[in-house]
Amino acid sequence: MKLFEYMGKEILSDYGVRVPRGKVASSPGEAVKIASYLDSPVVIKSQILSGKRGKGGGIAFPSSIVETENESARILGSIVQGFIVDKLLVEEKIQIDRELYLAITVDSTSGKPLILASLHGGVDIEEVPDDYLVRYYIDPLIGLKSYDAREIARKLGLKDNIAKEMISLLQVLYKIFREKDAELLEINPLVVSGDSLVAADAKITIDDEALFRHPELPYVEEKTNAEKRAHDAGLSYVRLEGDIAVMANGAGITMGTLDTLEYFNGRPANFMDAGGGTGMAGTVEAIKILLDSDSKVILINIFGGITRCDDVANALVKVKNEIGIPVPVVIRLVGTNEEIGLKILEDNGFTAYKTMHEAAAQAVAIANR
Amino acid sequence: MAILINEETRVIVQGATGNQGKFHMLQMLAYGTQIVGGISPGKGGMKIENIPIYDTVLAAKEESEIDAACLFIPAPFAKDAAFEAIDAGIKLIIIITEHIPLNDGIDIIAFARQKGAKVLGPNTFGIVSSGKSKIGIPPNNFFIPGPIGVVARSGTLTYEIVGNLTDNKLGQSTVVGLGGDRVVGLSFVDVLEKFEADEDTEAIVLVGEIGGDQEESAANYIKNHMTKPVVAYIAGKSAPPGKRMGHAGAIIERGKGTYEGKVKALQMAGVSVANLPFEVPGLIRKVL
Repeated sequence: MKLFEYMGKEILSDYGVRVPRGKVASSPGEAVKIASYLDSPVVIKSQILSGKRGKGGGIAFPSSIVETENESARILGSIVQGFIVDKLLVEEKIQIDRELYLAITVDSTSGKPLILASLHGGVDIEEVPDDYLVRYYIDPLIGLKSYDAREIARKLGLKDNIAKEMISLLQVLYKIFREKDAELLEINPLVVSGDSLVAADAKITIDDEALFRHPELPYVEEKTNAEKRAHDAGLSYVRLEGDIAVMANGAGITMGTLDTLEYFNGRPANFMDAGGGTGMAGTVEAIKILLDSDSKVILINIFGGITRCDDVANALVKVKNEIGIPVPVVIRLVGTNEEIGLKILEDNGFTAYKTMHEAAAQAVAIANR
Repeated sequence: MAILINEETRVIVQGATGNQGKFHMLQMLAYGTQIVGGISPGKGGMKIENIPIYDTVLAAKEESEIDAACLFIPAPFAKDAAFEAIDAGIKLIIIITEHIPLNDGIDIIAFARQKGAKVLGPNTFGIVSSGKSKIGIPPNNFFIPGPIGVVARSGTLTYEIVGNLTDNKLGQSTVVGLGGDRVVGLSFVDVLEKFEADEDTEAIVLVGEIGGDQEESAANYIKNHMTKPVVAYIAGKSAPPGKRMGHAGAIIERGKGTYEGKVKALQMAGVSVANLPFEVPGLIRKVL
């Protein structure tokens, strides 16, 4: 779950990290109020779950109260990087002597938390050459100790008070990273402002699997309606561009099914993993979601292990009887309780295929008809 | 021979009295796996089909040597259970549970490395040495003994490919599931190393998917260290960047972990890569 910048900054601030003074506004009037209260030059930042806001016109540096009002009115309701802006962060403009980059993430290869730091921040980190990037792995069983922080500061070449600030900041950020179950904590830019370090931005992504132990965090909904319905039913769903709706059981076989469709020049409309112990009710919901996608054909590919073929067949029949299925269904059904499942399909006018590639080829033939 | 487990491997099941745990423990027993106990706090002393249930791993250890632990523990409690097994000195931990928090997964893997234990998973279907022992959840009737080693990140896709192999009378020495999470224990390289040394294995099928760099590391290892032929299938060719495809680990991030990159690396290492799962048996016949 991605957090908005202002939420990230609230967390940082709670842990004592220096952030610019500011507040969230949802109207130009509120923005003006905050700017007057701050009583200093301000920056207005659109709150969307995307980077590159500056390039998209989502950040402004007004030089007067009138401009604050005008710029807020311009940005609110506008579309920045594909997102409609409904909130602004209005905060004091800080003195910028240098922009650094600092992030904590997880490196899958080593299975360890990884610190990424650079003196060349403020730009997209992809554009920073590897030579300018310090990478430092943390042993999760030990944590980030002050000697780790000293080494990172030394590698960056920081001196004096800024080095000291960095050493304590790193330890606090690591604590936040672990305590809040973040999978990414990125501060870009981390601003050298006089003698101190200030987090001028905050990008925090919380591990979805750990949300159950963080009732204190705000909830940010990023999912589309269909994704949300799928998630609530224990399904994994991703919308794609094509016209063949797909359901399979298991992440790998679902990907394999999409690939097989493309191999035969078909275009999948979605990824839908109705795997594991989805059961009858989940499968019914999965088929209903597929029906809503206006596809030309539905392809169901089941190699039943835990999934029972009769459950899938019964789910299909249930949907057919309840709301009707206006598009052709191509189904491949093998595995646990296969005979029972096939009998149910046959009795209800569905034909099943024995192999995945035959079924995929048939679905493509129908879609391209 | 087979790798990692055989008919002598003594196994405990953690979470043995839950629905999934009980069902699969009995399936494993039916397969011939040596189940020496189940763990279920508060249920110590009871029996499930003659399998003794213990409150703790150490209690089970007082009664029997244990070579492997299989976890069916709900995600919020899986870290504690895995630590318990690792701390008790068990050297092979198979974590079936999915949706374990990333931080917990990281800690489990780090602790296992410190204690010299091997981990399959989290989010693995388990491991099968055909005709000898099964630890995990694949259906019992899919596997026949033979010379093909299989190593995979995904469960049902593995069933699909093993099903194709079995239909073509190509039996399997051992089938290993690494797990679908972002951070997992054993890697392709760890398992390839074992297959290379295993006298029962003549060729290997590697079932990979987009995300991470495990397949690229495997390619590098194959190129420099392997004499046995490897056939691969990689899932996720059609996946858009930035979207998790069901598995936490199956995502193309910042241009890394793409299908093309993995296939290219494997092909450069001399691996035949199948376009579709059903092509795998044919490619295996060519290299045997």
